[in-house]
Amino acid sequence: MTEALADRKPRLGVYAFSGCGGCQAVLLDGALLLALAGRFDVVHFAALGPRAAEAPVDVALVEGSVSTSADVERLRRIRDSSAYLAAIGACAASGGAQSLRGLARDGDRWLADLYPHPEWLDVLGTPVPLARYVRVDAVLSGCPIDRRELVRLLCDRLAGVAVRPDRRPVCMECKQLGVACLVVARGEPCLGPVTRAGCGALCPRGGRACYACFGPADLVNVAGLGARLAALGLGPEDIARRFRFVAGDVDAFRGAGGAAARGPETP
Amino acid sequence: MTAGDGTGEQEQRQIRIPLLSRVEGRGGLDLDIAGGRITALRLRLVEPPRLFERLLEGYGYDQVVDAVARVCGLCPVAYQITAAQAFERLFGLEPPPWVRAMRRVLYCGEWLQSHALHIHLLAAPDFLGVQDALAMTADHAAALRRGLRLHALGTDLIGLFGGRAIHPVGVRVGGFHRAPAVADVARLVERLDAAIPEAEDLVHWTASLDFPADEQPFTSVALGHPSEYAIGAGRIQSGDGLDVPASRFEEQLQTFQVPHSTALRTRLDGRPYLVGPLARLNLNFRELPPAVRVVLDTLPTPVPTHNMFHSIVARALEVLLAVREAHGALQAYEPPAEPAASVRVAAGTAIAATEAPRGLLWMRLEVDSRGVVRDARIVPPTSQNQERCEEDLRTALERFGLGRSDAELQGHAERVIRNYDPCIACAAHFLRLRVRRHRITGKAQSSSQNSVT
Repeated sequence: MTEALADRKPRLGVYAFSGCGGCQAVLLDGALLLALAGRFDVVHFAALGPRAAEAPVDVALVEGSVSTSADVERLRRIRDSSAYLAAIGACAASGGAQSLRGLARDGDRWLADLYPHPEWLDVLGTPVPLARYVRVDAVLSGCPIDRRELVRLLCDRLAGVAVRPDRRPVCMECKQLGVACLVVARGEPCLGPVTRAGCGALCPRGGRACYACFGPADLVNVAGLGARLAALGLGPEDIARRFRFVAGDVDAFRGAGGAAARGPETP
Repeated sequence: MTAGDGTGEQEQRQIRIPLLSRVEGRGGLDLDIAGGRITALRLRLVEPPRLFERLLEGYGYDQVVDAVARVCGLCPVAYQITAAQAFERLFGLEPPPWVRAMRRVLYCGEWLQSHALHIHLLAAPDFLGVQDALAMTADHAAALRRGLRLHALGTDLIGLFGGRAIHPVGVRVGGFHRAPAVADVARLVERLDAAIPEAEDLVHWTASLDFPADEQPFTSVALGHPSEYAIGAGRIQSGDGLDVPASRFEEQLQTFQVPHSTALRTRLDGRPYLVGPLARLNLNFRELPPAVRVVLDTLPTPVPTHNMFHSIVARALEVLLAVREAHGALQAYEPPAEPAASVRVAAGTAIAATEAPRGLLWMRLEVDSRGVVRDARIVPPTSQNQERCEEDLRTALERFGLGRSDAELQGHAERVIRNYDPCIACAAHFLRLRVRRHRITGKAQSSSQNSVT
C-alpha cells in the first residue's frame, strides 16, 4: 500500500448491511482468518468480536444491501473513514435477492402484508447496492463471494496494484476446465454465457445449469441467450425469473424474457 | 454506550448495547434498571426485513431450493433440505435410501461447521476471559487450532456434496445434482476418522469450562425420532407433551410483532420456548448413538440440563455426533445409479421441518399445478428463541447482580445472548402473520414489561 503504512499493519474493517451474512462467513474460515489477522489490524468485525465502527481503516469490506435511512447514514460514515472500500457479495454489488422487490408491481405492499405494524419499521423501499449512495473502489460480486477472489483482492491491495476481478463469462471457465457445454450438449437452461466467472464453473462442474449467482459478465448478449432459452421451451416469465434471481435487480439482465422484461409478476 | 443517571435518590441506570458482537447479524440490547430491578429489557434485532416470503412467490419449486438458502449464510443447507423435503412430500416422492443417508451426512457437515464456528470463534472467548478468538492464539492455540480443523472438516463435508460451503449447489428436489466421486469420499473418510478423537477431546474440553450456576425453568422443543438423533425427520415434540407432525405445527404457534425487533416472534401455549442444541440434547439424548452416549455419560454436566451455559457442551456433543455419523455413513460409500429420483409436480401445500444447527426450522410452501410458489411461510430458529432469550436475560442478570458495573452487566448480557447462537439474518427476514395481530401484539408488549415464569 502507501509508504505511510510501512511502519504499521494496514487497518481492516468488515461491515454488514442487509443480507444473509454469508460473505462475512467466508472470512470466518479458520486458515483465512488467521492469515488475515497476520497481515491486517482488524479494527471492526462485529461477528468476530472487534467493534470500532467509527475508526478509520485502510480497507473496508462491506457486505449487504442498503435499505433503511439509518443504513445510508452508516454507510456514508464508513465511506468517510475508509481509504479504500470494497463492496463484497451480490447484495452489496447489485442488491441481492431482496432487491427483486422492486420488480413486483405490488412490492410496496409487502411490508404491510408481512408485518402487523409496518410503521414500526424504518425501511426506504427497494434495497439497493452500495454504489447507489457512495463511491465504491472495488466490487466483488457473487452469492456468496468466492474465497480465492477475496484473497486475491486483499493481496492486490496490499501489494498496491489495481484490483481487477475476472469479468469474463463462466463459459470461459468451462472451456478451460474441459466441462461439456450444458446448453449445447444437454439442452439445459444454463446462464453461464452471461454470468461473470470467478466461481470456477461450480454448477456446470456439479452437473447442473449455472443460475447466475455471480451476476453479469462484461458485454453479454442477454437477448441472444433469452432466445436460446425460449427455443429450449421456456416461457417469457420463466426466462425472466431465471435472469432475475439471487444476484438481484441487475441492470444488465433487464430485458431478458421479452414481454416479461418489466419483471416477474406477483399474483 | 452507557448513560448513568445519578440525579435521583434511587439508582436509575440505562445500559445500551447498540451492536452485539460475536453473533450473526445486527442486534442490540436495551436495559433499564431502577430501584434494584429491571424495569425494561429489550433484545433488539435490527436487521432490515428482507420480505423473503413474498420474494419466493412466482418462483418455481426448483429455484426455491436455491432461493431459500439465501436467508442464511450460516445454515443454507438446512433451508435447502427443508424446502426439498417439503416438495418431495407434496409430490408423493419418497427419496431413495441413498439420498436420505447422504442428506443426513450433508446436514452433519453443516452442524459440524456451524457448531465449531460458534464454540471457538463466538462463545469460547467468554469462557476463557479473552477479547476474541484471535486472542486465543496466545494461551489457547491448540484448542483454537483443533476447533478450526473441525470447522474446516465441516466446510469440506458440505463442499463434497455442494461444491462450496456457503450456498452450496448440490441439493435438488428428489436428491442431488451429482453424487460425490469415490476418491473424494475416501479422502474425507480418512479425515473424519482422525477427527473422532479430536471431537471427543473437544467435548471434554467444553465440559471442563467454568459455568455460571443459572438453572431456569423452560420448555425445550425439537424434532423427535424413534430410532435416530433427529435431524431431518421426526415429529415436533416438547418437554411439555407437545407431539405433532410438522403439518400441524402452525396451528399451535402464536406469532406477533414487538416494536423493538424486525423479527416476528413466536410462542407455544402462550409461553416462550427453547429450540436449538440444548433443547435437542434434553429431549433426544437417549437416541444418541452408543459411541457418543458413552462420552456423555463420563461428563460432569447433567443431562437434561436447564442451564443455558451448558449449550456449548451440547454443541460439542453434536460435533462428535456429526463426525461419527458422517464417518459411519460414508465408510461403505458407493455412488448410486442415479443421484435423484424423478419428479412429478403436483399442486398443494408443501410442509416440512428439520433441525437447523440453531434449532427447529419450519417451512410451508404452497404451489400451483406448475410447481410455482403462490404463498410461503418460514419459521426460523432464532425468531422462536427471542422470547426465551429475553426471559432468560431478566433472570440471569438479576442473579448476576444488578449492582455490578455497566461493563460487567453488558459482558454478562452478551454471554447470555450468545448461548442462543442467534442468527439475526434468519430471524429478521421472515415470518408471516395474518391473524390476531392486535390482541397478540398487546400481550407481547405487556409480557416484555414483566418477568415471565
